[in-house]
Amino acid sequence: MTSIDLQQILTDANIGEVLDQLDQDLVGLAPVKQRIREIAAFLVVSRARQQLGIESAPPSLHMCFTGNPGTGKTTVALRMAEILHRLGYVRKGHVVSVTRDDLVGQYIGHTAPKTREVLKKAMGGVLFIDEAYYLYRPENERDYGQEAIEILLQVMENNRDDLVVILAGYKDRMEKFFQSNPGMSSRIAHHIDFPDYSQAELVEIAGKMVATMHYRFDDGALKAMAEYIDFRQKQPHFANARSIRNALDRARLRHANRVFDLAAGGKSKPTAEELSTITEADIRASRVFDGGLNADMKVESKADF
Amino acid sequence: MHITQGQFSFLPPLTDDEIRAQVDYAISKGWAVAIEWTDDPHPRNVYWNMWGTPMFEIKDGAAALFELQACRKACPNTYIKVNAFDNTRGVESTVMSFIVNQPVMEPGFGLIRQEAAGRTIRYTTRPYATERPGGYSND
Amino acid sequence: MSNLTDGRITDIKERYKGGVLKYKQMGYWRPDYEPKDTDFICVFRITPQEGVDPEEAAAAVAGESSTATWTVVWTDMLTAYEDYQGKAYRLDAVPGTGVGTDKEAQYFAYIAYDIILFEEGSIANVTASLIGNVFSFKPLKAARLEDIRIPVAYVKTFKGPPTGIIVERERLDKYGRPLLGATMKPKLGLSGKNYGRVVYEGLTGGLDFTKDDENINSQPFMHWRDRFLFCMEAVNRAQANSGEIKGHYLNITAATMEDMYERAEFAKELGSNIIMVDLIIGWTAIQSISNWARKNDMILHMHRAGHGTYTRQKNHGVSFRVMAKWLRLAGVDHLHAGTAVGKLEGDPMTVQGYYNVCRDGVTRQDLARGIFFDQDWADLRKVMPVASGGIHAGQIHQLLHLFGDDVVMQFGGGTIGHPGGIQAGATANRVGIEAMVKARNEGRDILNEGPDILRQAAKWCKPLEQALETWKDVSFNYTSTDTPDFVTTPTASS
Repeated sequence: MTSIDLQQILTDANIGEVLDQLDQDLVGLAPVKQRIREIAAFLVVSRARQQLGIESAPPSLHMCFTGNPGTGKTTVALRMAEILHRLGYVRKGHVVSVTRDDLVGQYIGHTAPKTREVLKKAMGGVLFIDEAYYLYRPENERDYGQEAIEILLQVMENNRDDLVVILAGYKDRMEKFFQSNPGMSSRIAHHIDFPDYSQAELVEIAGKMVATMHYRFDDGALKAMAEYIDFRQKQPHFANARSIRNALDRARLRHANRVFDLAAGGKSKPTAEELSTITEADIRASRVFDGGLNADMKVESKADF
Repeated sequence: MHITQGQFSFLPPLTDDEIRAQVDYAISKGWAVAIEWTDDPHPRNVYWNMWGTPMFEIKDGAAALFELQACRKACPNTYIKVNAFDNTRGVESTVMSFIVNQPVMEPGFGLIRQEAAGRTIRYTTRPYATERPGGYSND
Repeated sequence: MSNLTDGRITDIKERYKGGVLKYKQMGYWRPDYEPKDTDFICVFRITPQEGVDPEEAAAAVAGESSTATWTVVWTDMLTAYEDYQGKAYRLDAVPGTGVGTDKEAQYFAYIAYDIILFEEGSIANVTASLIGNVFSFKPLKAARLEDIRIPVAYVKTFKGPPTGIIVERERLDKYGRPLLGATMKPKLGLSGKNYGRVVYEGLTGGLDFTKDDENINSQPFMHWRDRFLFCMEAVNRAQANSGEIKGHYLNITAATMEDMYERAEFAKELGSNIIMVDLIIGWTAIQSISNWARKNDMILHMHRAGHGTYTRQKNHGVSFRVMAKWLRLAGVDHLHAGTAVGKLEGDPMTVQGYYNVCRDGVTRQDLARGIFFDQDWADLRKVMPVASGGIHAGQIHQLLHLFGDDVVMQFGGGTIGHPGGIQAGATANRVGIEAMVKARNEGRDILNEGPDILRQAAKWCKPLEQALETWKDVSFNYTSTDTPDFVTTPTASS
């Protein structure tokens, strides 16, 4: 009886390494990581079945990542491309990340070459289409997005060996998009839903980010950060990890101003310790504690003040 | 008759996988890849029709095959070639070129001689394929 | 009298009092001198006579190749003589020579020359200085000009190759593979009609070019007009047979420049895309015919017949890399530069050095390949090297590995001596080259897998099978006489 060593395929492709990397890169997201493990296992088994001649056609690999902004979809797409590459499902393993504007043209005859151009660049790797549902605008009958969708569908079907398409965006909108585009829906083999991070996870993410920036929180700052996250989560346009990064960037600005003011007054020369410690005050100066952008700003969209 | 322009014209026709491998080589060198077609095989016919613009940013040979298939579909009974272009200073020219599609029937060339003084002969090469110009189908 | 550490006499009265001074005393040994960007730099391999101080020998070379004579002349003082003096500034013992070895002591002498010494755009003038009297100079047993750095300012006074590799390929519509040629055999005795037959067979079988041999001019058995007429008939027929541009190097070498122009004009009138001259016509004739070729859109093929009289001896003469540099300036499009694997002299690394000199935009110092200096070619067009002489289909992988795509591989005997006929010989070589290029592009290790790649192609190509079988045991494994000697870490001379 012919048999095949699945573990060997895994080891040869160094998939463990990629999954470990993913664990390190991304806090939490347990269900996502579980799905990726499942998909990796499926890919390994398919590879084995192909090697034994049980299966001839390669499996459909197009995917859909749904979730709110800042939940790690892009990062996971990069890792997924690596897994696909290591298992030989894509030849080069690069990721081309686009939105509607990269695919859809402004006038007649513009869209097809634009879409084909993007598809050609992505061949050998992964095409990541963020907020893919914007391709479909039912309110405008003559919208060129439909043309892009049709070309995409063709290539997703005919060039399975050449590229993997990942559609990404909010879950509810994506579901609506699939309802109106059953052709697209039927070609997506794997769905991964990215949940929002919990408050505790976001605090952990903040800690990691601060460390990679070569700063640290003092005790007061850590506590303030947890409270900040609590407030911020409830305010509009919250974008998970992305909002945390934005908050930290601004905290670093306040920190710099504070340290500079101290030094300018001639009161002290900052120590290395002071130069790299974010304190409670640096966090608490944020408007988020006064009710966030609702309190004094109305127009700024997608901002985290 | 079988014209022998291009760098692999003495080899059996390249399969799609073999074409992709050659394009991958060009990509690995940082060269742009282009597809051109013509119905006039005259050896001094320099300007074949461009099938789109050269592909400057592709990562994989499949992208060229993707265009080649479209070109074959649109111009099935013509000559099609794949070129690679190197834009480094001092080269700035074609560096690969091979034919990937040929008409079913290649009628060949006639040689027209015009005798001149002192036994001199002026030669004109005439492709029979262009006797019925303007078309690329065989009918 | 004030003596500097380098032995120069700087006191004017002492320096010019009449009589004989050492070259060092006259100021030709200048170890502190730093060459300027606009200087020529030459490195000579010198073998001083016994008892001659090597520094004095180097100074003598500098002197004799520039402004000095054997005795002091007061008329020097009418000139800015220091500028006209060649300056020997560095001396390295050649590894493996001198005390403790079985070879007499040799030295690499580095000499700098101010650009004012040379007439712009004249190789004749450069050679008259650098390899003029100095090579007959008694205090040296032998001298060899190993390499030369030509300042960019001087490079720019030349027009260089009339066509160059890039434009040649665009004219021929041939890209991405070595070009394939063959020299017509037998060299002598064929009538024009018979000769044209060989050309026709070769080109129809798949060659890009055929070639006259160096000593085919206008002898009793075949006058040049006959040769041209029959060859062009063959070229045009082969072109119509294949739909591919073909050429035949029409050798226009003749007794006088007037004869050469007449032959060149006739070649042009017949529509030839290439003409050929031999090195022995001389530098002035080469530059003249290069100008003609540039005006008339003609590729200029240079057969290096006679170069061995300069280049062959390791201790005396001029290295071929220097000849190649001068020829690129003088302006030739094709240049025979060796095969490394064939019947003619050539160490593989050294030969690669010649190829680089022909084809680089900037040639970098590469001691293992015999290149002593960086050489900026100032965008001068590139010379297509020709590998010719005792090579056959079984060596294609080695040739492609050594030389890459920009080379004409010429299999003369390896085409015409094919047991299946000339067409079969041509086809065998063309298939071999294309199969090898394809395999290389696919990422295969052609140096090691080459024989296998050829055997695979031979399965469907009978002529290639025959070629491999016929010449399977032919190789020319003689030790090269011209290998580079170099100090691995160049240091200033002490």
